[in-house]
Amino acid sequence: MKALVSVKRVVDYNVRIQVKPDGSGVVTDGVKFSVNPFDEIAMEEAVRLKEKGKITEIVAVTIGGAKCEETLRTALAFGADRAVHVKEEGEVQPLTAAQALAAVFKKEGANLFLLGKQAIDDDANQTGQMVAALLDLPQATFASKVELEASKATVTREVDAGLETLEIDLPAVITADLRLNEPRYLKLPDIMKAKKKPIEAVTLADLGVTAGAGLKASKTVAPPKRSKGVVVKTVDELIAALKGKGLI
Amino acid sequence: MSVERDVMEYDVLVVGAGPAGLAAACRIKQKAAEAGKDISVCLVEKGSEVGAHILSGAVFEPRALNELFPNWKELGAPLNTPVKRDEVWFFTSPEKGIKTPGPFVPKTMHNEGNYIISLGNLCRWMAQQAESLGVEIYPGFAAQEILIDEKNVVRGVQIGDMGVDHSGKHKEGVFTPGIELRAKYTLFAEGCRGHLGKRLLKHYKLDEKSDAQHYGIGLKELWTIDPAKHEPGLVIHGAGWPLNSANPGGFFLYHLENHQVYVGLIVDLSYSNPYLSPFDEFQRIKHHPVLKQYLEGGKRVSYGARAICKGGYNSLPKMVFPGGALIGCDLGTLNFSKIKGSHTAMKSGMLAADAAAAALLGGSEGGDELNSYTETFKASWLYDELYRDRNFGAAMHKYGVLFGAAFNYIDQNWFGGKSPITLHDNTPDYTTLKPAAESRKIEYPKPDGVISFDKLSSVFISSTNHEEDQPVHLKLTDPSIPIGKNLPMYDEPAQRYCPAGVYEVIAAPDGARKFQINAQNCVHCKTCDIKDPAQNITWVAPEGSGGPNYPNM
Repeated sequence: MKALVSVKRVVDYNVRIQVKPDGSGVVTDGVKFSVNPFDEIAMEEAVRLKEKGKITEIVAVTIGGAKCEETLRTALAFGADRAVHVKEEGEVQPLTAAQALAAVFKKEGANLFLLGKQAIDDDANQTGQMVAALLDLPQATFASKVELEASKATVTREVDAGLETLEIDLPAVITADLRLNEPRYLKLPDIMKAKKKPIEAVTLADLGVTAGAGLKASKTVAPPKRSKGVVVKTVDELIAALKGKGLI
Repeated sequence: MSVERDVMEYDVLVVGAGPAGLAAACRIKQKAAEAGKDISVCLVEKGSEVGAHILSGAVFEPRALNELFPNWKELGAPLNTPVKRDEVWFFTSPEKGIKTPGPFVPKTMHNEGNYIISLGNLCRWMAQQAESLGVEIYPGFAAQEILIDEKNVVRGVQIGDMGVDHSGKHKEGVFTPGIELRAKYTLFAEGCRGHLGKRLLKHYKLDEKSDAQHYGIGLKELWTIDPAKHEPGLVIHGAGWPLNSANPGGFFLYHLENHQVYVGLIVDLSYSNPYLSPFDEFQRIKHHPVLKQYLEGGKRVSYGARAICKGGYNSLPKMVFPGGALIGCDLGTLNFSKIKGSHTAMKSGMLAADAAAAALLGGSEGGDELNSYTETFKASWLYDELYRDRNFGAAMHKYGVLFGAAFNYIDQNWFGGKSPITLHDNTPDYTTLKPAAESRKIEYPKPDGVISFDKLSSVFISSTNHEEDQPVHLKLTDPSIPIGKNLPMYDEPAQRYCPAGVYEVIAAPDGARKFQINAQNCVHCKTCDIKDPAQNITWVAPEGSGGPNYPNM
């Protein structure tokens, strides 16, 4: 069984995001980038499934500029066998990404598409869903547990009411939630070996995809500053303070 | 607990991806290529990426870079802002200051031909050059132990284990033993007060014959300011208020590109008043009109702090030991009279690299002392520069800022640093604190949240992060000392000298006082390891990737 895992290069979660003074986006010069943590979880799950003998090959895929090669190298160090780099230096909108990933999935003839439930930069939470729709495949999102058999997967999802278990036929799309697993620490020898694993470069055109521009970001602003808190001594004072602000 | 460890072997191992380590790694590869042979070079870095832990002023003198990459301009090195103008100030009060007229500025404080840079970005660029030369760079891996064999030869380092919980137990499923990196020669480039460098100095008695090392703590912020007030290339230095001769230091403000400035304060760690807080001194000095005029209307982007070695020539230890060498600030090559250590760090790395490459190309199996490094060091401009400026720090300590500065003016401008006098200062910085009872309490103004800020919001923008469940990496040799001795004697100065709020004395509900270590806040500056009057705090590397993530610093 072949699994495709997509990984996105995002600003590292430790970086304090700064909005550009002109509101055209966030500052990305000189800041640290890393693999989207949810994609890391998806990659870890694929590697574990491979270690259990449920998957035979893992292909990592990303879309973006030259620097995204680092992202793929990390995925290869985790345990992907090879990688596909969809090269695109310009902006990649969610639908374009989904179309490209769907095309790679088809081209690879993979049985399982694993990815993070969302990327921590745009928080769009739609790539997995759109890929499933484009390919007309079953989907199980927000997975917190995945069991794989020859032609189906049993996926546990965290929903408001508790845990929901789905059984889906393969091929399918599964998106990873935070509690699916705890990704391993990369080992230095694995990082070294990853440098020698093959990365295939393709373009959007090769995949028959045209970069879309359906969405336009009009402005990026920092969240408003939290105003100072007030310490209250009694419940009465609290109620009075809330009333004073017109909140109750 | 015995664990099986993977082993990887190289010709040369470099510990630390700062200017010294990267210059050394590049140089070895260049030498190997010239000879048409291969020398394998591995570089490990504890930061999450190259540059993540780099914090420096920085006004950069390109001398060593010119030698390493004569074509650095074509290669796109990030030296974008040439210094255009120098100002040197002496602050006489919170409101007033005197600008030193040009002719009276010591020669070493002139910056024509230098650049205002982000040293972190220069290191990121050097890492790219190193990788294209074939150096294997592994960020996120902290060297934890020195491998010393039965013949007392350094054989490499062991990387710290990952996935260990706070009590030292291996976390199930994620525990990853650190591997052993072995090499014929290991170059230690951890920067000031490297935790392995410190052990090497002791183990091989390298500093037996030198003066005590001296330190400062540098605090720095990056600001985006009003474009109307921005003068790219303007360099401002100064001393005076709020510090004084018993508690000396100096400030800087550099205008770099993109409407940004670096503002910072270096406080000498020989300070005597235990109530002094370098962080609060920095916050209040920004309110001085000379600095505030630029910051007003701007926005703070980042914050960080790092100790610097400033003992210079007199404090230089022996540089080599069997199987390796110290380079850069692990050795102590910073030139304090220029307040610059990047070009000297790079040069020391290049000299050690030349020695290692020559030995390996000559068929050496390593493990010996790289004595040719010591020899070429003594014949280099680096040695000459450090020798000329050997009196600077000691003069400041002996005569105070004002008379020390006068001495340095005469020493540098009349004698070119070659006066017959050598001043020594062999008093270690951890012994200089006066008891709290004999010291004046300092009331620092509250931060206004516009120009000045509190510690926690500052640490927040250093993007510091450590895996929470791991052993505390700040080790107390005797856990009773902070409350038992340091508190009554010095009001536990760690609460104040730590620029990241790691150390707190808190009162338990029963009134008992407790020393708390918030290790997650640590920005890896090493000040506690240096200044603790009992020398009771030992900084060791936390799990790899932990620490600050400085952008453009």
